[in-house]
This record gives sequence, structure tokens and C-alpha cells, in this order.
Amino acid sequence: MLAGVSLTLAAAQCLHVLGANGSGKTTLLRVITGLVTPEQGRVEWNGQPTAANRDAWHASFSYLAHSDGLKPELTARENLAFEVGLRRPLVEGETEEALREVGLAAERDQPAGFLSAGQRRRLAVARVLLAAVPLWILDEPFTNLDAAGTTLVAALIGRHLDAGGAAIIAAHQPPAIPGHAPWRLELA
Amino acid sequence: MAATSAFQAACHAYRRDLVLAFRHWGQVAQPLVFFVIVATLFPLALGPQLGELREIAGGALWVAALLASLLGVELLFRADHADGTLEQMLLCGQPLAVLVLAKGLAHWTVCGLPLVLLSPLVAAGLGAPTAANGTLVASLALGTGILSALGAIGSALTLGLRRGSLLLGLLVLPLAMPALIFGARAVDLAVHGDSARGPLLLLSAMLVLAMTLAPPAVAAALRISAE
Repeated sequence: MLAGVSLTLAAAQCLHVLGANGSGKTTLLRVITGLVTPEQGRVEWNGQPTAANRDAWHASFSYLAHSDGLKPELTARENLAFEVGLRRPLVEGETEEALREVGLAAERDQPAGFLSAGQRRRLAVARVLLAAVPLWILDEPFTNLDAAGTTLVAALIGRHLDAGGAAIIAAHQPPAIPGHAPWRLELA
Repeated sequence: MAATSAFQAACHAYRRDLVLAFRHWGQVAQPLVFFVIVATLFPLALGPQLGELREIAGGALWVAALLASLLGVELLFRADHADGTLEQMLLCGQPLAVLVLAKGLAHWTVCGLPLVLLSPLVAAGLGAPTAANGTLVASLALGTGILSALGAIGSALTLGLRRGSLLLGLLVLPLAMPALIFGARAVDLAVHGDSARGPLLLLSAMLVLAMTLAPPAVAAALRISAE
């Protein structure tokens, strides 16, 4: 799997990884993040192998996985505060602003376990947003989202790219990011 | 943008696990209730003669504490693994060993500390003199810390396995034997009015060793389990 795959991503660029089920989209993303160690090959960030300074590499991106990575017992606000707080100190009102941006202002004090699958996905996107990192690695970010949610997340990705960020998106459908045409990597 | 320091991240991880534990009181109480029940089985099986019970009090309390610790430590990473927050922790850019140490401390606070505080009461039921309570509390405070560290290694190694509980016991119990030997011996010496300084110092050394070596081992095991 992933033999011969080679790619370079620059600032303000978006890569859309697509392919049939089992073609290795998630595996590629997990290899890039460092969660999976490849048998051969390497991942570089700013010309340096990511394996050489793993913590610095991890601090450079935010990963939205298949599972939302939320604690069902914690409220939406607590989930953001605890998860993002591991990365950077949050300023008063930042979590509320992020929740408002993803349309969860009213649900801020609801436990994540009480939210719908789509709302949990929005909350996970808010975590990516708050991380304030140059690279977003998103695995099926539009899963469980309604039409409005899909448009919203695409717009947030577009805003991130406009600000000079980069994104790698694994999705079956081409993401409609306003003002950006992602280049495609199709896995066999 | 300023990044969270490793110490601040550890405080976050510690606080988060405490909040989660207080929202799951049932899970927190389980090891404690188990400790009391196991310790209570000895008088029921051996008879109510306090003289006889006093002789086995140290061993009985320590075996009960060991089994109760094993029960609690299984849950240390399982929920995080299931809901994906473990992956987020692996990728948050902080030294994983430091976060693991914070999680271990949180686990000890909610599972080990109540057991230590309750132990004089349970010891009284086994006929242990109140003069031995100081040694009992000290030995269990050190011992539950060692058991939490050893348990964390076992829990991380068996994380992705379907029947991990049994394997966890098989992995951790042999490693916990030195702590059990010295811990039970310390209580036994105190029950008989002798100085327990030697075994307690050995337990302290074991705790320092466990707290130093376990976090990197757990971090490595978690990375393997996450693959």
C-alpha cells in the first residue's frame, strides 16, 4: 500500500486525497501524521524529516480523524478547552467564538455525548480551528454534516488557505472550497 | 503564538482526568469497594480470632490493594482509545511521557489515594494495632504508586487487544511481586512493633524507579498500540 506515493504541499495549497474504499487514504494521512510508521520512505516538514523532531512536527498540524476525538462526558466548551489547552493557552472567549463559528453557540454547555453525529463533527472542526496551526490534516471532514455544515466547513478550510495555511483532505467527494481548487491525489 | 509548556499541558491532562473521574463516580468507587470486600473475605474465611487475623493483616491488605489497583488501572487508557482522544493526545505536540505521568498521577489520586486513606479502617477490622497505621498508610501510598506505574505499562501494552484484562494481570502481577513482598513485610513489622524503615526505603526506591522508567515505556507502548 502507498508504494510510489510522493507529494509536496506548499503554503496556501490544498491536497484532496481520493480513492476507492481500502485504497489507503486514511493510511496515507496516518503516515503523514506519524501515527503509522512506514516500512519505507519518509515525511518531511520544512525540509526536515518529521521523525527527527516528532513533538515539533505534531505541534505544526491538527488532525481530524475518523473518530471525532471528543469526550462524551465533557461539554462542548470543556472538550475544546482541554484538548486545545494541551497545545496553546486559550484566551477568554476564544472557545465561545469557535463554537459560534461552527454553529454550536447554543450547545456550548451540552455534553458532547448528547450532541448529534453532525454536531460532534462540527465540534471536532472547531478544535482544528482553535489549534491555530499551519497545516490541517482532515480525514473525511464532511462525514455526518448536513448541507449547511458542509458549506461551513469548506468555507473554514478556504479561510485557512487564504491565511497561508495548507490542508490535506481525504474525502470521496471533491471539496467545494470557495476560491480554491484543490489538487488531487488519487490512490489506486 | 505562545505554546503551552509541558508542565501546563500535564496540569491540563491531570485536571481533565479528575473531571472525568468525578463524572463517573461508579467507576472510581469500584476498586475501593473491591479492596474492602477482598479484605473482608479473610475474617470470613479464617474466623474472627483477632490474634490470627493480626498475623496475616499485612499480607491480606496488600493482596487486596494489589488486586484493586489492577481493577482500576485497566480503564486508564481504554476510554481515551475508544473515543479517539488518545490519538489527539499523541499528536498534541507535547512530550507524551509527561502527559502519561500526569494521567498516572490522576489515576492514583482517584483510585490509589482513597484506598490508602481507607486502609486504617480496614486494617482495624483485621485486628492491626493503631500504632501500625502510619506504616500501613506509608507503605500503601508508595505501593499503590508503584502499582499504578506498572499497571499503566500493562494497560498501554494490552490496549488494542480484545481480551486484554487477563493478559494485563499476567503481565503486571509478576512485576508487582517485589512491591508486595516489601510492602506486606513493612506492615507486618509495624504490627509486631518493629521498625519498618528498611522495607519502606526499598519501596521508596522502587517508586522512584517506577515513576522514572514507566512514563517513557508507557509512551512507547501507546504509540505501538495506536498504529
